[in-house]
Amino acid sequence: MWTTFDTAIVATGAIAAMSCALPGCFLLLRRSSMMGDAISHTVLPGIAAAYLLTGSRDSLPMFVGAIVVGVLTALLIQAVQRGGQVEEGAAMGVVFTSLFALGLVMIRRAADHVDLDPSCVLYGALELAPLDTVSVGGWDIPRAAISSGALLLINAVFIGIFYKELKLCAFDPGYARTQGIRVGALNLALMTLIAATTVAAFESVGSILVIAMLIVPAATAYLMTDRLPIMLVGSLVFGALSAALGHGMVVWMVDGLGLPDTSSAGMTGVAAGILFVAMALGSPKYGILMRAARSLQLALGIARDDVLAYLYRHGELDPLGTRPRPTASNLREAIRARVAVSAAIWQLRNRRLLAAEGGGIALTPAGRDTARGLVRSHRLWETYLVEKLGLRPDHVHSTAEVLEHITDRTMRESLSRETGDAPRDPHRSSIPPE
Amino acid sequence: MISSLAAASHAEIVPPMEALWRVLSLQDYNTRVVVIGTTLLGLASGLAGVFLLLRKRSLLSDVVSHSALPGIGIAFIAMTMMGGGGKNTLGLLLGATATALLGIVAVGAIRRFTRLKDDAALAIVLGTFFSAGIALTGVAARMPGAGASGLESWIYGKTASMLFSDALLIGITGLLVTLGTVLLFKELALLCFDEDFAATQGWPVGLLDMLLMGATVAVTVIGLQAVGLILVVALLIIPPAAARLWTHRLRPLAAISAVIGGLACLVGSALSALMENLPAGAIIVLSAAALFCVSLVFGTEGGMLHRGLGAWTLRKRVGRQHLLRALAELAEQSGKDVASFSTIRHRRSWHTATVRGLLASAMKDGLVERVDARHWRLTESGVAEARRVVRNHRLWELFLITHADIAPSHVDRDADMIEHILDERMIAQLEGLMAGENRGHVPPSPHALRPAEGTA
Repeated sequence: MWTTFDTAIVATGAIAAMSCALPGCFLLLRRSSMMGDAISHTVLPGIAAAYLLTGSRDSLPMFVGAIVVGVLTALLIQAVQRGGQVEEGAAMGVVFTSLFALGLVMIRRAADHVDLDPSCVLYGALELAPLDTVSVGGWDIPRAAISSGALLLINAVFIGIFYKELKLCAFDPGYARTQGIRVGALNLALMTLIAATTVAAFESVGSILVIAMLIVPAATAYLMTDRLPIMLVGSLVFGALSAALGHGMVVWMVDGLGLPDTSSAGMTGVAAGILFVAMALGSPKYGILMRAARSLQLALGIARDDVLAYLYRHGELDPLGTRPRPTASNLREAIRARVAVSAAIWQLRNRRLLAAEGGGIALTPAGRDTARGLVRSHRLWETYLVEKLGLRPDHVHSTAEVLEHITDRTMRESLSRETGDAPRDPHRSSIPPE
Repeated sequence: MISSLAAASHAEIVPPMEALWRVLSLQDYNTRVVVIGTTLLGLASGLAGVFLLLRKRSLLSDVVSHSALPGIGIAFIAMTMMGGGGKNTLGLLLGATATALLGIVAVGAIRRFTRLKDDAALAIVLGTFFSAGIALTGVAARMPGAGASGLESWIYGKTASMLFSDALLIGITGLLVTLGTVLLFKELALLCFDEDFAATQGWPVGLLDMLLMGATVAVTVIGLQAVGLILVVALLIIPPAAARLWTHRLRPLAAISAVIGGLACLVGSALSALMENLPAGAIIVLSAAALFCVSLVFGTEGGMLHRGLGAWTLRKRVGRQHLLRALAELAEQSGKDVASFSTIRHRRSWHTATVRGLLASAMKDGLVERVDARHWRLTESGVAEARRVVRNHRLWELFLITHADIAPSHVDRDADMIEHILDERMIAQLEGLMAGENRGHVPPSPHALRPAEGTA
């Protein structure tokens, strides 16, 4: 059963996901996606250190502590990378695992005095978010939604103000530097925001799952578009969608499948992954399916051309039609692309370029016109390659075979002009008229 | 912060000597199992990690460890459903291995089929798989009849409660990985340094890559239990990164990395056996981190101290040579061999303190001497040394003018930088090119020298 409780969970999750997705776009573009992972791990020592220093469980010191350690992580990674000439990935690994270990030790020390459970920090309890509400103007709004909402607003404002600078830094930091933009400072500001967003989100999404929300929606949007504004909006949409889909799946698993209840935050990450896979497959611009379809189209087009040209040449050798007509299986064997040729023959029949004739296949008049153009292109290219580029006659066939598929009528006319309207190609075959 | 932490728990942290001895001599059966098991793990991961580092894939281990979690959840659920109880370690390990491999395949697929780069592929797979892991272990923990699953020990490790069978499993895997790495050392080295060349030489590059990934997965999955999901990554990344600061040669690199890995585990597990209140996995990683810090400072190849020392000596030599040339050229211009402090200082717009330091150190080496409170001059050996420096500088200037066709007014800066690193052989070559420049003769400057009292 879907209740207002569920709606509150989805809304909180969506706000947290959206607050992460915005800075995530820039992390992705700067090619330091794993920085989000590193920073979200080091929230733990930040919180623990703040607790040990202040002795209170107030959120403000913990919030500040986590941000400080998050920024420190970014600086330390840079220091190790430069100081020891360690490769970036390894430097990240060294720094965040060490800090995380330090955090675990500190939390264990603190755990003697207070209930500060590392798993609570790591997983977050999205399900419980609606229980902890603040009354705003008569509405009971989950505390987590307010803190993440504030960060969402701050992130949006920051990106709005520094849009041009961030964009330039993301795509060409070297150029940005020459334009007087302080790349290092901007980077540090971005890392600070990411640390703050991570801490605000860990209450609802869990600090480890923040990495999913930082990068996955941004990557999904990146596969969809080449324009930064669309990518930013897209990442927001995909983040919110992940939260809705994720909690929807939990409700469905419990009500529909009778499975035990599970972590909504976890399923939000899974939902983001599903959306990513769907976009990777189906994106109109860069999707795997689209690209496969395009290359299939291309292969079919080439097979169609090859079938037509084969039949035309067969007709040239046998002008009186005394020999048996080629059959589909002859064509398949000659062109060596069995499936594509079968499909091509079927398509050409539908377009009335081929017809069955005398136990085999023959060109219709319309088919003969198209085929003549193709053979003409082929032989014009061969002539051109030999006459103008000085290639040897026995080396030009394969090049012409490729070029014939992309040569149109105007190009044929220029080729013909260039080669002095030669009547025959280098192999003594006559070049058919247009 | 750390000190206050230490002070607060001082009484608990310092163990009695007797306990220290018991741990160090491995008298306790449990301690023995834990220490030997984790040390073997450290050795194996140090070895496997070297190749990951060289292939710039250190963070892949992070993805592997995170994507093992859904496998543990699935295996637990499946085994509980079949009524066997979900805690069979071998079953859980198989599940972990399966999804860890799937994670690697997913990273490869994203790199291959989308326009996303390496880092994004890693982050996407890590985030998604770990989320799935959290959701699946959530289901597993709440399954009827599952009981308290203890799945958390996979995330944080359970070094202290390691059983003999666990240690045995770690030992065997560690031994296999070590053996495999040693036997395939040459092939793996080739894969790391020149993959394309290896492929053209007919080596099965894909298979070798898979073997390396297999070793990584094996070490990670085995290490999950010992030090936990997040920290096992450290064992694969920190030892090779630390070893890299001591050597540039592959064999010593692998050996040092294995030793650092083993040492970190040995020290860490012994320490945590002494202080039962501390999480062993974290202590192991902190030991490794400490070894890394030591390497970062003291490493003989790229350690900060080493490189800092090199830069410092160079700076000192350059400063010394600039001072000598300044004095010699001032003497040449004015005809007097004595120069006042302020003329020297203005010569290169030095800071007062810099000139004082340079003069003091040159005086200590007997190259300059003090005439009175404000005036200095070159000693006899100073003159000889200065002649050499000036000569190098001018030879290079002449070379640039005559052979590189650069305007005389533009050569001073270039020569200023190159004069310090011209060695005997290059000087001989320059002399050969500049016919008529025989040994010992200092050619006149091809451009106007800076005015002696100039303050520009």
